[in-house]
Amino acid sequence: MTIEVRNLVKQFGSFKALDGVDLKVDNGELLALLGPSGSGKTTLLRIIAGLDWPDSGEVFFNGEDALAQGARERNVGFVFQHYALFRHMTVFENVAFGLRVQPRASRKDEATIRARVKELLDLVQLDWLADRYPSQLSGGQRQRIALARALAIEPRILLLDEPFGALDAKVRKELRRWLRSLHHEINVTSIFVTHDQEEALEVANRVVVMDKGRIEQIGSPDDVYESPATAFVHGFIGESIELPVQVEGDVIRLGDRPLNLAADGLAPGASKLFVRRHDMLVGPPGSGAFEGAVQHVRNFGPVQRAEVALSGGETIEIDAPRDRELRAGDTIGLEPRRYRIFAG
Amino acid sequence: MSAIAARRRTLPGFGLTMGLTLSWLSVIILIPLAGLFLKSLELSPEQFWAILSSRRTLNALRVSFGLAFAAACVNLVMGSIIVWALVRYRFPGRRLFDAIVDVPFALPTAVAGVALTALFAEKGWLGAPLAALGIKVAFTPVGIFVAMIFIGIPFVVRTVQPVLQDLDPEIEEAAGSLGASRWQTIIRVILPSLGPALLTGLALAFARAVGEYGSVIFIAGNLPNVSEIAPLLIVIRLSEFRYADATAIAVVMLVVSFVTIFAVNRLQRWAQSRIPAR
Repeated sequence: MTIEVRNLVKQFGSFKALDGVDLKVDNGELLALLGPSGSGKTTLLRIIAGLDWPDSGEVFFNGEDALAQGARERNVGFVFQHYALFRHMTVFENVAFGLRVQPRASRKDEATIRARVKELLDLVQLDWLADRYPSQLSGGQRQRIALARALAIEPRILLLDEPFGALDAKVRKELRRWLRSLHHEINVTSIFVTHDQEEALEVANRVVVMDKGRIEQIGSPDDVYESPATAFVHGFIGESIELPVQVEGDVIRLGDRPLNLAADGLAPGASKLFVRRHDMLVGPPGSGAFEGAVQHVRNFGPVQRAEVALSGGETIEIDAPRDRELRAGDTIGLEPRRYRIFAG
Repeated sequence: MSAIAARRRTLPGFGLTMGLTLSWLSVIILIPLAGLFLKSLELSPEQFWAILSSRRTLNALRVSFGLAFAAACVNLVMGSIIVWALVRYRFPGRRLFDAIVDVPFALPTAVAGVALTALFAEKGWLGAPLAALGIKVAFTPVGIFVAMIFIGIPFVVRTVQPVLQDLDPEIEEAAGSLGASRWQTIIRVILPSLGPALLTGLALAFARAVGEYGSVIFIAGNLPNVSEIAPLLIVIRLSEFRYADATAIAVVMLVVSFVTIFAVNRLQRWAQSRIPAR
């Protein structure tokens, strides 16, 4: 199943949740919608599911107009952040729900339903919990049951809204890996929403980065990390040093100090320079584009994190390998191995 | 034993509060009820049976319990709809409507009785058009039914409201996305979740309607065998100094009330055992 979204706009009062979103999802993809809260990612997911309606724009499933159908007809599996399990039903009945409410003509007989539920509980490795109630399960178990319930209707698309958001860090990591292998097994076109970049980069085939109701970048996890398309993406994904610089002709200035960096093809004016923390190479004073005094050093496993006061006045944090010990008070030169400059 | 008794409790004051609770409940509830039973023991079983099986008593009990149950059922349905609207939608005047629900709680029942009688009398605002349709409300059993609906409605609304507020709208969305129609969602998801609260509301509205006296006697017309409620018959018997007759009827009402309360308790516990608390 392919999904195509065209020029989607949705407004809540004066708040623009979606501001002209276009997106194509290929068959069998596992796509992450990544962004801070309020970026519109959940709204986009709910519109695709049919739980919300756009003010304008179009949604197509395999080229068919999906907005002509309600949530019920779209055959979409939806997994909620807080599970939304039916409290008065056993785990078994929760999973069976989607099969039991089918129109009489297409409803399976009891034996088939039982077999199917058993199969799904095996798939999420929780068959031994069939007779429990949701309140007797842990968060991770509940979410897996919610997933089994969503898969029971053999959905054409699987949508997950912050599926691991309510779980603790360890369970979250386990479930991430598990979700990826599950997707590999069932291969349903899937979209999941998250604000956790690590989750998006680790699980998804492609990542859609959103901010303020717009898509900032679409690309593979490597793309969005290695070549961020906008200042927002660079700042949001990975840990970045952000410096306000001035582009004047072919000179880039930090404050009144010219930096020895190429300014080819850059528009003149105020800009932002982004460097990953670990891409700042430490050298002797005067050796790089920047110079600064080390303020603090803390050691994190393989790296040392140093706070450096640049001579331009800014203070930055860098991650340097531990082969060359830094000490507070040292004056060092810094050369960005890779950097990007965005206008604005 | 003494070692156990000597062990300090974390919360002090158990003896004092327990003693107060027991004596207070005894004085306020248990002793009067026991007195009622003792008084009815003055009657021989044959006399007791004769009083209860007299046509007037049976009719009074039938009117009280039958109409109270019917009114409670109406309140259950209408109350659920009102709760739904108050909880799930935002509309102008919602807070006002929410406050209005409590009026039958607060209004002196006699005032309610007078107001309803005036309204439904043959020349009243509602009584006149209904009379034109050939429906008489005031001074008939229908009037009793109306008064019982009036006083019972807050019990259903206030019992169900907090439970529905707690029910996450997401579970309805989940049901919808799993292919359930609106109707299936209501029957299979919402009503079972509200079940215990609905049952409690029904029982409370029923109990209140059975015991209602003030508002009913104004509008009922109080015709023996037709529109005479059991509490009124008790009062009549008392004013005739037939205390034993009065207590016999009272005992029956008491027993039915107890059975109702226990049944509801049981049902609730059963429902809760199926839906363990979060």
